[in-house]
Amino acid sequence: MISFDRVTKRYEAGHDALREVSFDIEKDELVFLTGHSGAGKSTLLRLIMLMDRPTRGQVTIDGRNLSSVGKRAIPAHRRGIGVVFQNHRLLFDRTVFDNVALPLIIAGYDHREIGRRVRAALDKVGLLRHEHAMPLSLSGGEQQRVGIARAVVGRPNILLADEPTGNLDPELSAEIMRLFEAFNQVGVTVLIASHDLVLISRLHHRILTLKDGRLISGASGPGDAL
Amino acid sequence: MTGSADKATRRGGASLSRADLRDRYKAWLQHHRLCAADSLAKVLEAPVASLLTWLVIGIALALPVGLNVALENVQRLSEGWDSPAQMSVFLQQDVSVEQGDRMREEFSARADVDKVIFLSRDAALAEFSRLSGFADVVASLESNPLPDVLLVTPASALSEVGISTLREEMATREGVAEVVLDMAWLKRLQHLMTLGQRFVLAVGVMLILGVVLILGNTIRLAIESRREEIVVVKLVGGSSAFARRPFLYTGLWYGVGGGLAAGLLVSAALWYLDEPVRVLAGLYESSFSLLGLGLMGVLNLVILGGVLGLAGAWLAVARHLVRIEPR
Ligand SMILES: Nc1ncnc2c1ncn2[C@@H]1O[C@H](COP(=O)(O)OP(=O)(O)O)[C@@H](O)[C@H]1O
Ligand SMILES: [Mg+2]
Repeated sequence: MISFDRVTKRYEAGHDALREVSFDIEKDELVFLTGHSGAGKSTLLRLIMLMDRPTRGQVTIDGRNLSSVGKRAIPAHRRGIGVVFQNHRLLFDRTVFDNVALPLIIAGYDHREIGRRVRAALDKVGLLRHEHAMPLSLSGGEQQRVGIARAVVGRPNILLADEPTGNLDPELSAEIMRLFEAFNQVGVTVLIASHDLVLISRLHHRILTLKDGRLISGASGPGDAL
Repeated sequence: MTGSADKATRRGGASLSRADLRDRYKAWLQHHRLCAADSLAKVLEAPVASLLTWLVIGIALALPVGLNVALENVQRLSEGWDSPAQMSVFLQQDVSVEQGDRMREEFSARADVDKVIFLSRDAALAEFSRLSGFADVVASLESNPLPDVLLVTPASALSEVGISTLREEMATREGVAEVVLDMAWLKRLQHLMTLGQRFVLAVGVMLILGVVLILGNTIRLAIESRREEIVVVKLVGGSSAFARRPFLYTGLWYGVGGGLAAGLLVSAALWYLDEPVRVLAGLYESSFSLLGLGLMGVLNLVILGGVLGLAGAWLAVARHLVRIEPR
C-alpha cells in the first residue's frame, strides 16, 4: 500500500533528511515510525502527501508511482489520504462540524450526505455532542480527536499521523492510539510517526526506526519489529 | 480483518467514482453559493473597513464617470448648434423694404433653405433697445445704424459643404452686404470637448487601474489573514480553484459595493447640481436640464465594479495564493 524504494530526500542546504530509505507497508497494516527529533519522520510523511518530492528513489502509494502524479493531480491524491497533525491544524473560526465537513465539501458531497458522514465520524471519536462547539472551547485531546474525525471522514484508504500524541498526557495518548487501531481494524492502512517509544512499544505493531535519515530497523514486514 | 464489502465502499468513497457528473455539478454550484454567502458575511462582519473600501472604489469610479456625464450634458447642449441654426444675411443700406421682401421669397424658394425671416432695420432697432436696456441711447440716435437682416435657416440635413455653398451664393447676391455664420466658437468648443473626452478617458484608465490595485491589495490582506485556512484546504485535498473561490467572491463583493457607491455618489452630485442648472437654463430661455445616470447607468457601474473586483482578486490570487503551500 505504501512502498519506498531507496528514497533519498536532500534539502537545499545539502542536508540529507532521508537516505536510501526502502520499506513496504501492506494494506490493513498499522505501522509506527519512530526516531529522534530530526531523524526524518515528518519528511517521510510529507513525501507520501506530495508536500515534497524525493531527490532520488520511488514512492509508490496504492500501486501508483508518485513521480507520475502531476501538480494538478495532487489534490485528488491527497483526498485519498487522511492526515492527523501534532498541532491539529483546525480552523478556529469554524465549528467542529464545519471543520470535519471540510474534506467532504472539497470532495463535492451533497449536504445531506455530508451531515450523515460528519456525524458518523464525530460519533466514532466520541465528540458527537460537541458538533456545534468551537474548537477553542475543547480540550487538547478533544481537539486532536476532531482532527482525527476530519482525517477519516472522507473514508481514506490510508491514514497518516505526525506526532498525534505529542502534546497529550499518557492516558489520553493511549486513548488516541486505540482510535487509530479501531480504524485500522476496518481496513485502513495506518502510519503513525511518534517518538514516544514507551507508548508505541506496548502496542505490538511493526515499528520503523529512522536514525539520521536512515532506516535502521523494521523495514522487512511484520514480525521483524525491534 | 473485515469483510470485503466494507472495503469496497471505502475505496469508492476515496476515489469518488460513484459521485456522478450531475452530483458533482450540484456540489460545485452549492460551493459557489456557499462561498458567495460566506464571503459576503465576512465583508459585512467588518462594516467600517468594508465601507471605507467601497467608498475609495466608489470615489475612484465616480470621478471619471461624473466627468463623463458632465461632458455628455455639454455635448447635448451644444448639439442644437451643431449645424448653424441660422445665418444672418445683412442687406446693404440702400436696399428697400420691397427688394428685401423679394430677396426673402427668392431665398426661401431654395431647396437648401428651410425658412427665411425678414427682420427690418426698424424692428431690429426696437428689439435691440428693448433687450439691451439702452432704450435712451437708442432714442437719442439720429438715424438707425442697423441694416435690414434676413434670418436664414438652412435645411436641416444640409452638410458643411452645402452650408458654405449656400453662404457663398447668398453673399454674392446683389444687395447683400454680408453673411454672418459664426461657427468658430462652436468649432473651438468641439475641440475642447474632444480634448475633454480624452482627458476623461486617461483619468478613467488610471483610476480604474488604481481600483484594481486597491482591490488586489485588499484581497492580498484577506489571503494573508486566512493563510492557515488555505494551507488546511490544500492539505485535505482542495484544488487551487477551490482555495481561490472565496477570495474571488470577496473581490466581487468589494467591487459591486464600490460600483454601487460610485452610482450613488454621481447621482447625488447630479441631484445637487440639477436645481442651479435649471435656474441657469431658465435665464437663457432654455428648457435644458441635466441628464442623470439613470438606472442603467448605475447598473453598469455596479457591473463594472464587479468586473474590476474580480480582476483585482485574480491578480492577488495569482500572485499570492499559489505561494501558500503546506509546509
Ligand atoms: N524545509 C526544510 N529545509 C531544510 N531542512 C529541513 C526542512 N525540513 C526538515 N529539514 C531537516 O530535515 C531533517 C529531518 O526533519 P524532520 O523530517 O522534520 O524530522 P522529524 O520529524 O523526525 O523530527 C532535520 O534535520 C530538519 O532540520
Ligand atoms: Mg517531525
